[in-house]
Amino acid sequence: MSDTKTKPAEKSSPSRLRTALSGTAGITFLSIVMALVIGAFFIAFSDPAVQEASGYLFARPLDTFSAAWTAVVEAYKALLTGMLFDPAKLSSEGLVGALRPLSETITMATPLILGGLAVALAFRAGLFNIGAEGQIILGSIFAAYIGFAFDLPWFIHLPFAVLGAFVGGAIWGGIAGFLKAKTGAHEVITTIMLNWIAIYLVAWLLTKPAFLREGRLDPISPPVNSGAEYPTIVDQWRVHAGIIVAVLCAAGVAWLLDRSTLGFQFRAVGANPSAARTAGMNVGRMYILVMLIAGGLAGLAGSAQVLGTEKSLTGGISAGIGFDAITVALLGRANPWGVVAAGLLFGGLRAGGLNMQTATGTPIDIVLVIQALIVLFIAAPPLVRSVFRLPETGGAGFMQTAKGWNA
Amino acid sequence: MKKLRLAAVGTVAAIALAGCSSAPDDSADGSPAATGSSDFLACMVSDAGGIDDRSFNANAYKGVQDAAAEFGIQEKFLESKSQTDYAPNINSLVNDDCGIIITVGFLMEDATKAGAKANPEERFAIVDAASDPDLDNMKGLLFNSAQSSFLAGYLAAGMSESGKVATFGGLAIPSVTSFMDGYWEGVQYYNQENGTNVEVLGWDQNKPAAGSFAGGFEDQAKGQQLAKNFIQQGADIIFPVAGPVGLGAAKEAQTTGKAAVIWVDSDGYESAPQYKDVFLTSVLKKIDVAVKDTIGTAVNDEFTSEEYIGTLENDGTGLAPFHDFEDQVPAELKAQLDEIKQGIIDGSIEVTSPNQPQPSS
Repeated sequence: MSDTKTKPAEKSSPSRLRTALSGTAGITFLSIVMALVIGAFFIAFSDPAVQEASGYLFARPLDTFSAAWTAVVEAYKALLTGMLFDPAKLSSEGLVGALRPLSETITMATPLILGGLAVALAFRAGLFNIGAEGQIILGSIFAAYIGFAFDLPWFIHLPFAVLGAFVGGAIWGGIAGFLKAKTGAHEVITTIMLNWIAIYLVAWLLTKPAFLREGRLDPISPPVNSGAEYPTIVDQWRVHAGIIVAVLCAAGVAWLLDRSTLGFQFRAVGANPSAARTAGMNVGRMYILVMLIAGGLAGLAGSAQVLGTEKSLTGGISAGIGFDAITVALLGRANPWGVVAAGLLFGGLRAGGLNMQTATGTPIDIVLVIQALIVLFIAAPPLVRSVFRLPETGGAGFMQTAKGWNA
Repeated sequence: MKKLRLAAVGTVAAIALAGCSSAPDDSADGSPAATGSSDFLACMVSDAGGIDDRSFNANAYKGVQDAAAEFGIQEKFLESKSQTDYAPNINSLVNDDCGIIITVGFLMEDATKAGAKANPEERFAIVDAASDPDLDNMKGLLFNSAQSSFLAGYLAAGMSESGKVATFGGLAIPSVTSFMDGYWEGVQYYNQENGTNVEVLGWDQNKPAAGSFAGGFEDQAKGQQLAKNFIQQGADIIFPVAGPVGLGAAKEAQTTGKAAVIWVDSDGYESAPQYKDVFLTSVLKKIDVAVKDTIGTAVNDEFTSEEYIGTLENDGTGLAPFHDFEDQVPAELKAQLDEIKQGIIDGSIEVTSPNQPQPSS
């Protein structure tokens, strides 16, 4: 591939489009395109009609290619209608039905955005927060308990439960920050371990009478009272007020990072802890604070699960969102609004993937492959540039802010 | 680039080898073999394990496929990746005009109930959850596996030479612990009847906090480790109630040759034939039969929301054949097992497990 650089055409100044594409946003876009293209091959290979037709590839090759083309087009069409807009529903159910896919996308995106913000904020302070999963679980436990154990008017109950979710997540994140600040324990290790503690904690709590649904021995909590639920926006949709919380949090994190003294300190510690310390900042305090806030944001993702969609506490309440949140933060380049966009994309892929499975029988695992490929390509800009023959530009991106092992 | 070309050549060669058969006749083009004659559609939502979990999702899907073959209907399944997918999956099946929607696992209960409430015309059946008196379109399919595990416990106590038998579970949830309770009770009953003192390792119905659990249903190494510990402590029959984790226990039993295994859910002799020589028997939970029969009632328009509880009496749960151990199980013990089975059915022997499903009124 390296021989392309010696071509005279590539040496001369590249066009404006090519320069734009080799920038951060362009690489992100191209990564998504490449992931979709490779995903198309998986769809084609997993399609029964294609497999059948490839059995006689040489007798009638066109069959294979047309079957593959149909499979891919139908699958991606289903993915898109499942993400955004279903015109077939327009006549029977009106705009509410036709826009339901978009509402599902936003519903799925809500916890991903909040979890993504938790990871992104810690990134900016130089911490790799693998613990969003555990923080989501703790937030869920707090939100659920407040939700079902109390009976309050909604304008007190909902804020109380949401605050509880924030506190629950903040405690879990804060532990990792505290250990990092006081003992130097690496946050990757501690957050992973705290994830396991949280998983077993919720499993244990769900054997206790205080958390069990009345008359049941299955590990499932009572449903939260309706006063603690996030109100829905349109009755027929699942999308709930949690998305407003998520957008407000994104704005808050953006303000915190770009406009506040604290955020400046976070970024300074993230860029170079030694220099920050020399400049008189209390680095340990920053680690604790950033992990408290990050954990709280992840806890809010738990509130979106418990108070928004699931409405009771179970062992699988976190649904792997804490891990998807890491990819969302990477795709969003640790930028709050980037995280919102990435969360919406991943939420859309989740919602669309379910529709793809329903409509065309494409395995839902394909969506996971596409998500993984997107991140893979984003993490390797030189690969994307070489595939599309794009010029090198600066801007190695935020990846440098995530510190290595001994930071 | 060189590697890429090599890979390309390899791929082309593979396609060439695979693609040599002749094209089918256009005239032979009809509907694929899988589709049946009726346009009744039976649908299923799996939980996160997927339909290839060799355990209860697979078993339920087998029921759907059996129904499709027997009644000549269409079938469709959706897989959930996590519990956030339950509600959207159920909703999209409702939009697909399914004749009946089968959901699998108590975790899906809330989503299923919500779906049943919002769509009174649609029929639902849920495995491992109870019917709801307020919903006449949702049928609960439950299994009293404590009854059949009671037989397994009695058998294990009768077959043990060391006087120690063991069990462990995946997670401490009722659908698991009901097996362990029954097993434990069966051993106690054997001791009571025969004046022996066979010990159960890993579970005591009266002290559930001290039970042995693998902490999940996936990690086979954990099953092997647990089995190793039990064998070291002298157990010679192990009853793992942990789906695929139990395969680790079977492996340990096979390599050491010091223990026999009682399998769960399906007949291990058929579902995990690589270990068939260590399977004494299996405690069957016939989800497939219950699912197939339920679909049958929907096809014939006889669907009711009346709860189904699989018991020894209706053959919804029971012991599998002894297969390779057929000659080793004494005839006397076999006769006793038949008597106990009758005793449980007629109520003269009471299974007291607090984890067995209670009929909801």
